[in-house]
Amino acid sequence: MSRLASAAQGSRGSRASRTLLGLACFLALAAAATGPASADTAILNVSYDPTRELYKDINAAFSQEWKEKTGEAVTVRASHGGSGAQARTVIDGIPADVVTLGIPSDIDAIARLTKKIDANWRSKLPNDSLPYTSTVVFLVRKGNPKGIKDWDDLVRSDVKVITPNPKTSAGGRWNFLGAWGYAYEKEGRSAGKANDFVARLYRQVPVLDTGARGSTVSFAQRGLGDVLPAWENEAFLALDEFGKDKFDVVVPPVSIYAEPPVALVDGNADKNGTRKVSEAFLQFLYSDKAQAIFAKHHYRPIKREAASPQDLALLPNIKLFKIEDLQGNWDKIQSANFDNGGLFDQLSKAGH
Amino acid sequence: MGYTLMILGLVVLLPLAALVLRASGTGLGGIWSVATDPRVGSALRISFGTSFLAALVSTTFGSVVAWVLSRYDFPGRRLVDAAVDLPFALPTAVAGIALASLYAPNGLIGSMLSRIGIEVAYTPVGILIAMIFIGLPFAVRTVQPLILELDREIEEASATLGASRWHTISRIVLPPLIPAVLTGFALAFARGVGEYGSIIFIAGNLPYVSEIAPLLIVIKLSEFDYAGAAAIASIMLVISFATLLLINLIQAWSRRRFGHV
Repeated sequence: MSRLASAAQGSRGSRASRTLLGLACFLALAAAATGPASADTAILNVSYDPTRELYKDINAAFSQEWKEKTGEAVTVRASHGGSGAQARTVIDGIPADVVTLGIPSDIDAIARLTKKIDANWRSKLPNDSLPYTSTVVFLVRKGNPKGIKDWDDLVRSDVKVITPNPKTSAGGRWNFLGAWGYAYEKEGRSAGKANDFVARLYRQVPVLDTGARGSTVSFAQRGLGDVLPAWENEAFLALDEFGKDKFDVVVPPVSIYAEPPVALVDGNADKNGTRKVSEAFLQFLYSDKAQAIFAKHHYRPIKREAASPQDLALLPNIKLFKIEDLQGNWDKIQSANFDNGGLFDQLSKAGH
Repeated sequence: MGYTLMILGLVVLLPLAALVLRASGTGLGGIWSVATDPRVGSALRISFGTSFLAALVSTTFGSVVAWVLSRYDFPGRRLVDAAVDLPFALPTAVAGIALASLYAPNGLIGSMLSRIGIEVAYTPVGILIAMIFIGLPFAVRTVQPLILELDREIEEASATLGASRWHTISRIVLPPLIPAVLTGFALAFARGVGEYGSIIFIAGNLPYVSEIAPLLIVIKLSEFDYAGAAAIASIMLVISFATLLLINLIQAWSRRRFGHV
């Protein structure tokens, strides 16, 4: 180390000022790069990980409709990543006009920590601000060699389960809550038994990836595990991406009603002067055109009549339970399960 | 001198000060409760323990590699010499994916190892492999220039005076290399402690088993617990600084003991 330090001390005088000049140039360039890029209206949609393909279609459809209606050009830029990490970028100051995240508690966090979103954002748009819903299904190896049919099979000692860390991934949280809710209903509404069930399930997990995409790769490409509980849309995407001849989708008879909500970031939209177009974008998500696109990408539309029948056929009618009905409001759900010292922390402590 | 210190201050010390400031938001009690959390303790043990082991392996093999590259001429030597630097240039996530696909149970090496019951990927051994991969070039590149500078005539003199080869190596060749070897060790160790990208792809990331401290920081951040994340980071900073200081002291001692080079 000290050899390096003495080498660094050798630079002084003119070399140092040249370095300073370089630094100044670099800062100037960086400032220029982040300046306004075009005169067209642009809004930023900060979204979660699996929606890349979805919002590519939605954004194009919205731009076209906005142009027809108002004659103005609008570009919707989308940013994707783990739901929690994306919420954090908004909290840290990314000027998102709208957020479309994987779980309500992530939008609650933005509202609580920045006040840029109204605290009762969920009542501002139809259907609790859910333009579409989803659920958790199981991706298994072709032919389902382990005979996995229901949540019970996930805790069998011969079954290895691949699921992301619920602390970092919204998909991971839905899997966790799905398993908990299943056991709670089955065991006569006993929270203690549901906790045990989830503890047994996570003992069958050899790898905890940080995001849903990471888990999909571990399961599909690395060949790890026997079953991947996943967003319904992600499971079908994996079939399309990695081959229908390698995997099957198993839909359990009961699963969780997964709620990926959307919201306007009032504080940012007002500052950017984009409130009108941002609100129109969110309203557009409830239009027949957008609803059909959701179904095409294997999300569950709230207006089934708008979607094409063959897309709907892949989304079978199963019994879905709402976690709020079992555990209370989202503040409670988040703090009891996933916050520091919550159920997930207790399970991993007890497991070792 | 003044400019240099100012740049050092702006580029290095200012962010570190901001980190400590953020952590101090919780107060000493808050930092203490984070430090004594068993999960944090386990992650820190895994991070620092594995980095130490990895740095040991890196410096041992790195020195051998440096020796071979400087003393032997063989076809393709320049290519191998250039390849040593590749882990420097590779984005760490790419390294992680490459290692994971190689060592996964269906990978090239992983499938052979799993047949004899050894699992590397998604276990703590995976963390070790990733750290050695990224730490090795530091060990090679710090030792290599000194080996090139070594005077062969002294070795020959030692041999003609009747010393065995082992005696020559332990008494003549190694002593002047020791400070550089220690530098390589310190750099590989520091790199291992700070590594995140490649490790999360090959470690199983299971709490208490294969969860490294940087991952725990990311997890704290996704709980929007900035102070907790900064607290773990500050603890890592203190331990790293203490370790590097210790290595520097040993280095200074070894320089006095074996002579300056």
